[in-house]
Amino acid sequence: MTKHTYSYYPGCSGQGTSMEYERSTRAVCEAVGINLDEIPDWSCCGSTPAHTVDHTLSAALSGRNLGLAAKQGHDCVLTPCPSCLTNLKTAGKHMAESETFKEKVNRLLDEPLETIPDTKSVLQVLFEDLGPDALAKKVARPLKGLKVVTYYGCILTRPPGLMDFDSEENPISMDKLMQAAGAEVLQFPLKTECCGASHGVARRDLVMRLSGKLLDMADSLGADAVVTACPLCQMNLDLRQGQVNSANNASYRLPIFYYTQLLGWALGLPDASLGLDKLCVDPRPALQSISANKEVA
Amino acid sequence: MYQELQRAPHTPSGLFTRAQNIPFAASRQQTPNRLPYAGMPSGDVMQVVNLTNSPDKTFMDRVMEESGQTISLCYQCGNCTASCPYTFGFDIPVSQVMRLLQTGQKETVLSSSSIWLCASCTSCTTRCPNNIDVAKVMDVLRHEARREGFVKERRVKAFFDSFLDSVRSHGRVFEMGLMVDYIRKTGRFWTDMELGPKMLPKGKLAFKPHNIQGRDAIARIFERFEKEGS
Ligand code: SF4
Ligand code: SF4
Repeated sequence: MTKHTYSYYPGCSGQGTSMEYERSTRAVCEAVGINLDEIPDWSCCGSTPAHTVDHTLSAALSGRNLGLAAKQGHDCVLTPCPSCLTNLKTAGKHMAESETFKEKVNRLLDEPLETIPDTKSVLQVLFEDLGPDALAKKVARPLKGLKVVTYYGCILTRPPGLMDFDSEENPISMDKLMQAAGAEVLQFPLKTECCGASHGVARRDLVMRLSGKLLDMADSLGADAVVTACPLCQMNLDLRQGQVNSANNASYRLPIFYYTQLLGWALGLPDASLGLDKLCVDPRPALQSISANKEVA
Repeated sequence: MYQELQRAPHTPSGLFTRAQNIPFAASRQQTPNRLPYAGMPSGDVMQVVNLTNSPDKTFMDRVMEESGQTISLCYQCGNCTASCPYTFGFDIPVSQVMRLLQTGQKETVLSSSSIWLCASCTSCTTRCPNNIDVAKVMDVLRHEARREGFVKERRVKAFFDSFLDSVRSHGRVFEMGLMVDYIRKTGRFWTDMELGPKMLPKGKLAFKPHNIQGRDAIARIFERFEKEGS
């Protein structure tokens, strides 16, 4: 794979609640030769709240970032966060399709947007530019014996007309990357179901039920861990796992990894660059079982 | 079927009503022609809608125009409702929201919980056989509800508002500040208090906002939006 430089949009949660995603994304990209050029002084994309208020406002909040990215001169923006991805893509697509909409958005911006850069998830680039085969060759510590389910969340590949990546019903990109890293990927029927999204604060009961269903399925399939690609999914399943347990009278103890953490681990990157200590449910037993498997083999 | 619906015992004088607290089995007896929708949990409440009740005929057109979606194409297949992860919590299942729009039942739709609980997961959009972006329609209904002052789920709206206020002040969302603001807006004690000790030692909760240099530019986006409308 040739070295490629992308504009990089980290997203707000990467600065706080999902700092381990941010850290491990950067570490993995660096290790496989993907250059991430952070958009200078990027701002919040507005996330779900903005598009529930108004589509022009939402597109303007994303548009400022697309404008800053266009100045960097790379052909594509990458982001690890599916929610940011949705907003950046929606804004870009809608403006490209409608001059009227573009004008409305530009009226809200200091600097009108001319060229609209393409946007992709980091996952898409790892899957398409690098690919499972090339990844497998770089694996130093195979995740041998680790049984995982891959949970994509609702918007990483949907709706298909917008995301234009992988399958909307049965995505496989993370499965393939995890297999290349040596993990055993179990068939998970809830790959694109919703975790309860941002309702954790205002209507926690919804999250308890939806995330409870996911954890229950993962647990009953015999998974050692869940692999995620979304800060909100990861937070609901990991940080709120204790709440789910009390609400549902359950006792799950499933580590919830970001896929980049496990890829980084398989690539042999140092723990500190993967933020494994930032996870709430202790991932060490799962990782130790890998080492044990290795010794037996 | 329509006649029977009108004569359903819990439908007083043809007004739109919700059959409160009528368990599924009981309501099925009362309205034998109403089939349960896919994914409907037992014990759910049923609704009876009189479609002739003072419809706002322009409402669907407005929502169609704003969303760019041909709502009139919906033929009630129910795929969206079957796919929707929140059907268990919605007071009106999403396919019924679509039907109510077609019949101009503006107030019923705008005063529903459903439009606030919808998480924009796009299951409905992905699976609608008529390519209606149903999630976008739900979004536009929230815009309409805000404009017209309907807010069934106050806490959900308060959370969204606190989030955007935070972005407006700092350029990026400041999680701690957002929570404090949300508690102030809702008058609720922080029910997630036990999560603090899980996050603090990991350095995940910043006590100070990260103010970006261009935060005035963000504030200006909001100001222009408020002035211009959209
Ligand atoms: S986008 Fe909203 S209405 Fe559609 S399936 Fe998801 S939660 Fe339900
Ligand atoms: S899936 Fe589409 S056509 Fe079917 S009920 Fe929902 S909106 Fe109507």
